[in-house]
Order: sequence, then structure tokens, then C-alpha cells
Amino acid sequence: MDYPTEYRYTREHEWLRLDGDVATVGITHHAQDQLGDVVFVELPEAGAKLQAERAFGAVESVKAVSDIYSPLSGDVTEVNESLIDAPEKINEDPHGDGWLIRMTVFDRSEIEKLMTAGQYAEYVAAETEG
Amino acid sequence: MAETSGPSALRRTPLHRVHGEAGARMTDFGGWHMPVEYAGIVAEHAAVRTAAGLFDVSHMGEIEVRGPQAVDLLDSLCSNRVASLRDGQAQYSGLLNDNGGFIDDLLVHRIARDHYFLCVNAANQDADFAWMRDRNRFDAEVAFASDRYAQLAVQGPRALAVASRLTELDLASMRYYWFSQGVFADCAATVARTGYTGEDGFEVYVPPSEAERVWTAILNAGADEAIQPCGLGARNTLRLEAAMSLHGHEIDTDITPYEAGLGWIVKLGKPSFTGREALARQKAEGIRRRIAGFEMRGRGIARDGYKVWGEGRAVGHVTSASPAPFLGKNIGLCMLPVEYARPGRPIEIEIRQRMVPAEIVPTPFYKRRS
Repeated sequence: MDYPTEYRYTREHEWLRLDGDVATVGITHHAQDQLGDVVFVELPEAGAKLQAERAFGAVESVKAVSDIYSPLSGDVTEVNESLIDAPEKINEDPHGDGWLIRMTVFDRSEIEKLMTAGQYAEYVAAETEG
Repeated sequence: MAETSGPSALRRTPLHRVHGEAGARMTDFGGWHMPVEYAGIVAEHAAVRTAAGLFDVSHMGEIEVRGPQAVDLLDSLCSNRVASLRDGQAQYSGLLNDNGGFIDDLLVHRIARDHYFLCVNAANQDADFAWMRDRNRFDAEVAFASDRYAQLAVQGPRALAVASRLTELDLASMRYYWFSQGVFADCAATVARTGYTGEDGFEVYVPPSEAERVWTAILNAGADEAIQPCGLGARNTLRLEAAMSLHGHEIDTDITPYEAGLGWIVKLGKPSFTGREALARQKAEGIRRRIAGFEMRGRGIARDGYKVWGEGRAVGHVTSASPAPFLGKNIGLCMLPVEYARPGRPIEIEIRQRMVPAEIVPTPFYKRRS
């Protein structure tokens, strides 16, 4: 799997893409692959204040529930409402149409702490072997 | 244990290599490295409800009991009446402790008057064997036989058609909870019309050395039905829709058959069996809590261990819950006081610090058309 090089990644398997002042957040290919068929998504509403590394929602498959952690601190500006009726988008296109939320960025230095695509690929490989 | 954790320390079934080749996602289940899913739980679940699925359940344990007093030993330890079995018949039963709690639930097969074959849960098999051996004051021999059997389950409305292509045994005439021994896929086998999915189907016991070949033979025989290899994920959602108990969840060492809604496997008319006194007392006094089914009414999925609330109080907990792929609902089983366990009763499930409405419903959630 190729992880987009312009994204940043968390140890909890979220990705983040920065477009100007707005960050888009989703879960990685690896995360959706581990979960299996996604059947339910629980997301905050626009305006919710998120804190870095704190859970802000959940993605559920038939067999398991996985908390989603915010990569950054900031306010939710937009939620991917299409996931309510079509949560399978997270399996089909985790790095694209399956995005979860968009948010403002309070502190850009938080982005520097996240993994690059290369680091994340190594992290996943190590985790899979362990 | 000296070994380190990780897949290498886990026990493997004779079909482990096949699962790897099929690209199954594997998991640690009770110390065994088992397939969770192949094509995905939803697809596998649907295959079993509409056509046929094939499961490797070789992790299950087998115990054989032989001798002139085999039936007496079993009737002294099992809650159901073993003496009522006839040759070729199987029976669901409980192996209970003195408090009437489940050490395990099991299937007792009567091969002959002096020969019984037990199928028990993987995680409990060592404890079951020790329990039986230590209480054997009869002219009977208890033998641990798990390493002599692989177990494959063919389940679904097309299971009969698929399995019949592989044997001369008259499977169509075999009744539910009966079994035969004979040649299946050119292999000496025990074929039982039993299962854990809520569908018609067969559980096939074969020597481990033949497991791969029989597995492949069943898949080939079911090609026209698009038979689907299934993992433990679908096995769990299927049994949950059928409201069948899982040890460690609906039944456990501190849960009695009455509390689990399994009073029908308790035969108080037997003069004695382990747990009988506690159960007779509980029956006379009435149970205070029980397992009940629920459906989510609000948006949310209940999971094992979540709290159940009634009238603003935490009154119980979820024992098993999941989306029910075939029913298109979010369902579960829970343990709660009997006054809350009546169908139609509103309850709430606590999901991530949020109260989500649910309602007690009759079980099973799914019943096949016979």
C-alpha cells in the first residue's frame, strides 16, 4: 500500500492533510483493513472543539469498534455526512472519499510531531510483524 | 509459560496453512491462532443464511467416555439426561459446578451404550477433562481426544445438498441432533446434524491428517452453491442472531442454566448431578436475573461489556452484542434483573458515555424457516 506522501500520520492510524488553514482527517488504509467492513461512524458536529490525541468519535465494523483520535487541536469545520448512509466509503477510499472531518489548526507545530508516509509505513510494518 | 506471546506461541489447527493461503485474517482466540474472516463477515454471514458456509472449528475439544458405567458418570456430571439418548443421538448439556454455574456447555453424542463422544469448548477443554477425570468414581474411562479430531462445520440451507455429494450416508434422513459414522470425502468420519449458526447443517469430525483434503473436497463439492469459507467473526454474528449462548458471555462459572434461559437442559428429576441442589433451590426461589435479548432503538451499536440502564440506574451489562448483518439491526444479549427482562421493556445502553435507547425483544432474533 502506498501512503500519500503529502499526508501526515498518527500512531493511532489516522491521517491528516493540510489545505491552507484547514486540515482534513481520516483513518488509514491499514486501520480500515484491520477493522473490516465498516458499518457505522460516530462523528462530532461542526463547531466541536478537539484536542490533540483525544478521542473524538468512533468507526465500527461488524466485529469491533475503534476510537478515532484527533491528530491536532482545533475546531471541527465540516463533517463527512455522506458516511452516515455510506460508511463503506471508509473501506473503499480511506484516503479520499472516506475522510471523516475537516478542522482548523490551532498550533502548526503539532503537525511536525506526526509521522511522514515513510515513517508510517515502517510503523505499520513493525506493528504487523510484532 | 515459557514461550513469548505472539502467533508463534498460539496453537494451530490442522487447517492453519489453508487459512494462510486463503488470505484469512487471523486472530488469537482462546489461545488458538484462528481465522476471523476471509471475504468479510457480512458476506460470510449472508452465505450461511442463503446458501452455505464452511468453518474450521478444529479448536473445539473432544473427550471420549467409555465403559459399562459411562452413562452413569456422564449423568452424574451433566445437567441434561444422558440416559435418554439413543445410539446416534446428540444432546446439548451443561457441565456444572456445585453452584449450578457452567464449567462448560457441551454436546454429548452416544455412539453406543458404553461409548460417548463429547464436543466441548476450546478454551475449557483441559478444565473439562480434569473435572471429569477427578470425579470419575465409576467403571468408565475418560480419554482426552482433541488431538485425534479436526472438526469442520458445513452450515446453511444448501449444506445438505453439498455434504450429500461427499458421502453414502443418508444425510437427508438424519434428524437434527442426530449423527452417523461412516465414510465422508473418502475418510472415516463422524457426521452430526448440529451447528452453531441457526441454520441447518453438519459438523464433521475427521482425523487431523485428513483435514486439508476434506476441507478442499467440501469447497469443491459446494462450488455451484458458491460455498464460502467462514471465520469466527461470522460464526459469532450467526450464533448471536440465533441467540445461542457463548461460554464466558451468556453462560459462565457464576451463571446457571435458569439464568441463561437454558432451563430445558436441567433435569431435576435425575436423582443427583453436580449442581442439582443449587438449581433445585434456585428453581424454588425463582431467579433474580436473566439473559434477555435487546434491539437498539437509537443510533448506536452495543458491544460486549457495555452497561445497561433502566429507569436511570445501571441495572446490568451486555454479554454479547453486534450489528446483525442479515437482520439489518443492532442487537445484543444482556444480563439484567428479571423485572427488566420482559419483551417491550425500554432500556438504555451506555455507549461512550452516551445513553442510547434500546428495547427488550423476544429471542431468538433470527429463526430459520423449516
